[in-house]
Amino acid sequence: MLMRVRTVARNLCGLLYLICRHPSALIGLVILVAYVVMALFAPVLAPYPPNTGSVRQSFLPPAWQEGGSPAHLLGTDHVGRDILSRIIYGARVSLWVGVLSVAISMVVGLVLGAISGYYRGIIDDVLSRFAELLMAFPFLLFAIGVMAILGPGFFNLIAALTFKSWVEFFRLVRGETISEKTKEYVEAARAQGQSNFRIVTGEILPNIIHSVVVLATLRVGYMIITEASLSFLGIGVQPGVPAWGSMVDDGRDYVRTAWWVSTMPGLALLLLVLAINLFGEGLRDILDPRLKVD
Amino acid sequence: MRGLRVLERILSTIPIVFGVAVIVFCVMRFTPGDPIDVMMGREGHVSQEQIDALRREFGLDKPIHVQLYMFLSRAVRGDLGNSLTKHRPVSALIRERLPATVELALGALVFSLVLAIPIGVISAVRQYSFVDRASMAAAFFGISMPAFWLGIISIIVFSVRLGILPSYGRLPYGLEPARVTGLYVLDSVLTGNVSSLVAALRHLLLPSVTLGAPMAAIVARVMRSSMLEVLRQDYVMLARAKGLTEWAVITRHALVNALIPTVTVVGVQTGVLLGGNMIVETIFSWPGIGRLAVDAIFNRDYPLVQGVVMVYALTFVLANLAVDILYTYINPKINL
Amino acid sequence: MLRIHNLTTEFPTRRGAVRAVEEMSLSLQRGQIMGLVGESGCGKSVTLLSILRLVARPGRIISGSIHFEGRDILSMAPAEVRRIRGADIAMVFQDPLTTLNPVFRVGEQIRESLRVHRIGTGRTSRREERETVLSLMKEVGIPSPESRYWQYPHEFSGGMQQRALIAIALACRPKLLLADEPTTALDVTIQAQILELLSRINSERGTAILFVTHDLAVASEFCHWISVMYAGRIVEQGPVDEVIADPLHPYTEGLLRSIPRLVKPRRRLSPIPGDVPDLIGLTNRCSFESRCDRRMPECAERPVSLVDVGGGRHVRCILYE
Repeated sequence: MLMRVRTVARNLCGLLYLICRHPSALIGLVILVAYVVMALFAPVLAPYPPNTGSVRQSFLPPAWQEGGSPAHLLGTDHVGRDILSRIIYGARVSLWVGVLSVAISMVVGLVLGAISGYYRGIIDDVLSRFAELLMAFPFLLFAIGVMAILGPGFFNLIAALTFKSWVEFFRLVRGETISEKTKEYVEAARAQGQSNFRIVTGEILPNIIHSVVVLATLRVGYMIITEASLSFLGIGVQPGVPAWGSMVDDGRDYVRTAWWVSTMPGLALLLLVLAINLFGEGLRDILDPRLKVD
Repeated sequence: MRGLRVLERILSTIPIVFGVAVIVFCVMRFTPGDPIDVMMGREGHVSQEQIDALRREFGLDKPIHVQLYMFLSRAVRGDLGNSLTKHRPVSALIRERLPATVELALGALVFSLVLAIPIGVISAVRQYSFVDRASMAAAFFGISMPAFWLGIISIIVFSVRLGILPSYGRLPYGLEPARVTGLYVLDSVLTGNVSSLVAALRHLLLPSVTLGAPMAAIVARVMRSSMLEVLRQDYVMLARAKGLTEWAVITRHALVNALIPTVTVVGVQTGVLLGGNMIVETIFSWPGIGRLAVDAIFNRDYPLVQGVVMVYALTFVLANLAVDILYTYINPKINL
Repeated sequence: MLRIHNLTTEFPTRRGAVRAVEEMSLSLQRGQIMGLVGESGCGKSVTLLSILRLVARPGRIISGSIHFEGRDILSMAPAEVRRIRGADIAMVFQDPLTTLNPVFRVGEQIRESLRVHRIGTGRTSRREERETVLSLMKEVGIPSPESRYWQYPHEFSGGMQQRALIAIALACRPKLLLADEPTTALDVTIQAQILELLSRINSERGTAILFVTHDLAVASEFCHWISVMYAGRIVEQGPVDEVIADPLHPYTEGLLRSIPRLVKPRRRLSPIPGDVPDLIGLTNRCSFESRCDRRMPECAERPVSLVDVGGGRHVRCILYE
């Protein structure tokens, strides 16, 4: 067990070293870490609470614009809330939703995909058909539909996003398991009399986990965009919770007079997704040179 | 031989369409709060008899499998029920709005393919050149860009700041061309109406670009990488050894092969286009089925939501069917 | 007809330039078959690509001349080179499966090479072109060409694919055929058929062939002249029978010793020890020195050049200077 931990630790150190030598992956990682810090320490970092403001203070432009004040660096919105503070708090929703929904999808897809690919037969038929059916729904459309029924809310959001996105992992893991299963090392393990469970978790999984990690990283950005899109449509998190998508929506009616209300949170979103994708594609170069994840 | 395979592929969509309908039906039926409550909430005080009458009218008093059967048999005949809020048949509402959505989707598709395919090819042929680096950087932004924000930024820049493009609707009031297909651009061309053609194109521009941008970004990237792959192949060398010009080598021998993976990606991306469609229609007040759906969701107009979701899913299935069939024609090796 | 003089082709890499072909000189008369023999990576294929100026970037030809019928290909305008490609000099590639374009019908691919060079010389109808293609297909031994014409490459067997490629090469009646290991990817029996086809083409049409192979046995049966390449340079050149019977260069000797014989007397095979040297930073000293069983202290010290030893034979070794 201790040896296991040591190997993993050594691998992670090696990976970190490779990332540091990959400039775009490193940039992505640094920005990503900055966002995580921002989300974790939001109450300390944000100059104001996210939901207080007075109408007298509404529509203050960013500090560098005429009429802006250093007290509100990125300006204020239609009810006088500080946009910077709301962006900092908004990172929490985006990151949580992104990470949680991908993690759940990954676990579900991994388990079902491994079972399906290893045992084939009727389980595989049923799961594959079901996956195919879900693929017939465009992702955002499906999420919108589910949210429309469940209503806004953090956990509903996670449910709506995971409901379909496990299929991506399922397909990857299933395909990889099927192709790994025929290789000599699996035959050798079977010849040694290892149990099926040991073969899947101990032999096959370590060989496909790289691709899964890469896919997961790249999916996080997509989930965050989808969450923001739902919040933008008003069917994301509960009203009042600061989320970038709903902030962009708040500013929509005022684009003629107060462009910053919509622009700033969108920029924060764009930068985060850029960072995740930079990191994810760097990771793909490093871990998945055969390019199984597209 | 090929005809048979195509037919087989067409038939294989039937169970999928059926499954889609079942899923839509189940999701709608197994949710808390049935449609009658929603209607009652709107109509104020009503008696129990009225409720029962309505339940009978909608068939909600029957067992669930009977309801499913009724839903399916009606759907096959194009009857998707009545909208709860607009008091009109769902199918009529969809038919009315569909041309706007089709026009927008085609606009986005044309924009993204016309932009992305040449960019992908040039980037591959001139790998690591300035053009390559710049367009790949732009494409990377494109895949990370939330469509709704891109739409709002383009409104701020092109409508508010520069004031050169309209930001909402399909046409100014009164400029509609005589209806032939319902696609304003096409109708304007068919009826020779220049002023409405110009206006329709100007209105179409920002929404199409917003909707097509993510697809353009992905297609450009895929096109570039598959082109790079193809340019390394021996048959490209043979084409050169035959004495063909570099232009002919690229456009005839390399392009067709490089398009094969691109076609698949376009099929998958149709889904993104359809999902983004709701958002783009909302931002640009585009009177298509996307806005219809968003409104229906907010009004809890279940039959309408159900109908629109069916149409979307069906479109996606058909788009992928079209892509697969196209695929058999450009890739002789494929067996569906 | 073809005279290559001091050709050097370079590939820049991160660690420095690799000279894939260095100071290569070679000449080929009308109707001759010249075998270019050597291990993989010794620069044989790059030589062929250099002749058609098809070396893929970042590789480039840095010096030398390639005269074809009196004109230097290397100083021609790109459009002129294109007029030669496929028309006067045609190429047959190594792997037929990847060399035919998978999305076009085989017959049309053959017809295309006809079309490319017919533009200036009066229009031929599509029907006539098809007739020509069919007779070409018949000539290279593709059975029932009428139905084969409309098939795709993946519906052809390896041998048939190579025949189709030869038909493509022959379409414009080239004077010179560059064959880049045309039989390596094929089964042995098919190999023999393709070789027979090529030598028939040579005797019937008088097409000169520059035949690249790593297989000295194949070369000895099929070629009139032979050039042995090692690490980008020609080490020995001469009429095939003489080179085989009496190899001068230690490398040629080594190659001959490592060919298995089926006919008695059998003897132990003796492989050449060691590996091909790194092509980066090679000097003009002997590059075979480290593997040579007859090396002398001098080898590492002074440059060697290709020496004419009479009877049309050349060798690059200190022993003959």
